[in-house]
Amino acid sequence: MIELVCPAGNFPALKEAVNNGADAVYIGFKDDTNARHFAGLNFNEKNLPKAIEYAHQRGTKVFVAINTYPQPDGWSRWQKAVDTAADLGVDALIMADIGILDYAANKHPQMNRHLSVQGSATSYESLKYYQQNFGIKRAVLPRVLSVSQVAHLATQSPVELEVFGFGSLCIMAEGRCHLSSYVTGESPNTCGACSPAKSVRWEKTPQGLESRLNNVLIDRYDDNENAGYPTICKGRFTIGKNTFHVLEEPTSLNTIEILPELDKIGIKAIKIEGRQRSPAYTQQVTQVWRQAIDHYYADPDNYKPQPQWSAALNKVSEGSQTTLGAYSRPWQ
Amino acid sequence: MIEAPVDIIYLGETVCSKRRSLGFEQWLELAKTLASNKKEVVLSTLSLIEAESELKTLRRYCDNGDFTVEANDMAAVQLLSENKIPFTTGPTINIYNAQTLAIMHKQGLQRWVMPVELSKKTLMGILSDLDDMGIKDKIETEVFSYGHMPLALSARCFTARAHNLPKDQCDLKCIDYPDGLQVKSQEDQSLFTLNGIQTLSGLRYDLYNELEEMQEIGVDIVRISPRSKQTLEVVNSYYKKIQNIEDTEPYTIKDNCNGYWHGEPGMLQNLL
Repeated sequence: MIELVCPAGNFPALKEAVNNGADAVYIGFKDDTNARHFAGLNFNEKNLPKAIEYAHQRGTKVFVAINTYPQPDGWSRWQKAVDTAADLGVDALIMADIGILDYAANKHPQMNRHLSVQGSATSYESLKYYQQNFGIKRAVLPRVLSVSQVAHLATQSPVELEVFGFGSLCIMAEGRCHLSSYVTGESPNTCGACSPAKSVRWEKTPQGLESRLNNVLIDRYDDNENAGYPTICKGRFTIGKNTFHVLEEPTSLNTIEILPELDKIGIKAIKIEGRQRSPAYTQQVTQVWRQAIDHYYADPDNYKPQPQWSAALNKVSEGSQTTLGAYSRPWQ
Repeated sequence: MIEAPVDIIYLGETVCSKRRSLGFEQWLELAKTLASNKKEVVLSTLSLIEAESELKTLRRYCDNGDFTVEANDMAAVQLLSENKIPFTTGPTINIYNAQTLAIMHKQGLQRWVMPVELSKKTLMGILSDLDDMGIKDKIETEVFSYGHMPLALSARCFTARAHNLPKDQCDLKCIDYPDGLQVKSQEDQSLFTLNGIQTLSGLRYDLYNELEEMQEIGVDIVRISPRSKQTLEVVNSYYKKIQNIEDTEPYTIKDNCNGYWHGEPGMLQNLL
């Protein structure tokens, strides 16, 4: 049965994920060792043991993301994150950096190692590299592949595959995008942050509401438009005389309609994005996806996404719209 | 470039497998011509490997037998290391610390290009760690030093998108823009350059003023990314500066940035 992996940015969110049917929750430490290094988010050594206990008592696994790339100054902090998580008895470490994968494999060989989406493995040869060298058990695939590419990859993959099912959509191959550091100095790889909140500024002007990222104008909204978070790739920019969403419109990924396909090609787990979102988000999305997965397995041949699922998911989607993203060929 | 004072030339398609300006045999032919003119030639490979057909082409490059290959995706690192073929890594391979470099060095890495977002301070830290490991002299360090920086890769073709074309029927529109499509903010600030599935910086990285320091800290090679214009002038100026030759016709420095080298946002300009 396909496993449901849900995000928890804090203890209340973790409880929502556990109580609404997540098979596993994924979390991170309160520092730049993970790709959601946001103020007020994540776990420390004090509350992590309690969180693990809460999840384990209810049969839910806990994965810890240590999935950014340490530079020389930070190396020992990343090592410590690996050791702390391993010593607390979590169920898997999600990592991207080759040095850190190697460290974890040598120091904690018994610990399950997952390749983070930030590791950017988009082919079975790449997966083989991580499996042969660091014994990864599972890999999370970047959101750049079409369903047929995922299916082909699944037939050749030496490891279990986890794919994104729902949440904010990275338009770029994860782990290979420096747009944020080009503008703000901080990127997912270096700081666990994309378009960080501290660089964001909103301003009401005669031309409309403006959003800026380190002073760069990301978008300008009319009174009747919904303003979205100024993620660098989702801005309205100009090419020649045209002003439009040059890279991507604000939208969320939603693959609930292709759940049967994902199961048939052998996907082991569905990941829900959004550790930075509220406990209410985690509750809502976990509940809908649990229902969908259970509904599917109860009668695989007659699976049909229910209208109330989409309605519930659209409410928590970025830009209030969803897409199949790269899974669907036309999008590419 | 045969006449230009460059030591190494990287050849090949690194962005989109649909562009077939030259086939494998033609690239190889060109490589041989350059090599017979005393240039070191490295065959550069695709940066985002997704399809089986792309793996097939990649295998041909990795098995070419004559020239070193630059891996730009971990699939290439796997093919090369598995077959014990020495290799180079490009700036889109995530090497952020000496531990990673040491592992890849054992697997055959001989030269690496630092990811563009890393700073001088990080590079110095990595080189110092390599020194402690006793392998600093066994690895060549190359720094992307001039040109539009490769910042991101996507499944989506932004050049096709800008023309309202689906990627499957892109008409190879990107070929019409040898220097890419300029993306500006609504305030006319230069932001990015689009090259198919690749997004590059809007400004050009330029470490011309840092060359002396780069040599001092142990950078072995500087990379100049070509454009349709001015490349030869830049090459000449870099060459003269490195060789301490007086430069009477330096190139015009315009729209350049150097933030990353100084540990700041990449787009910042004229940092000292």
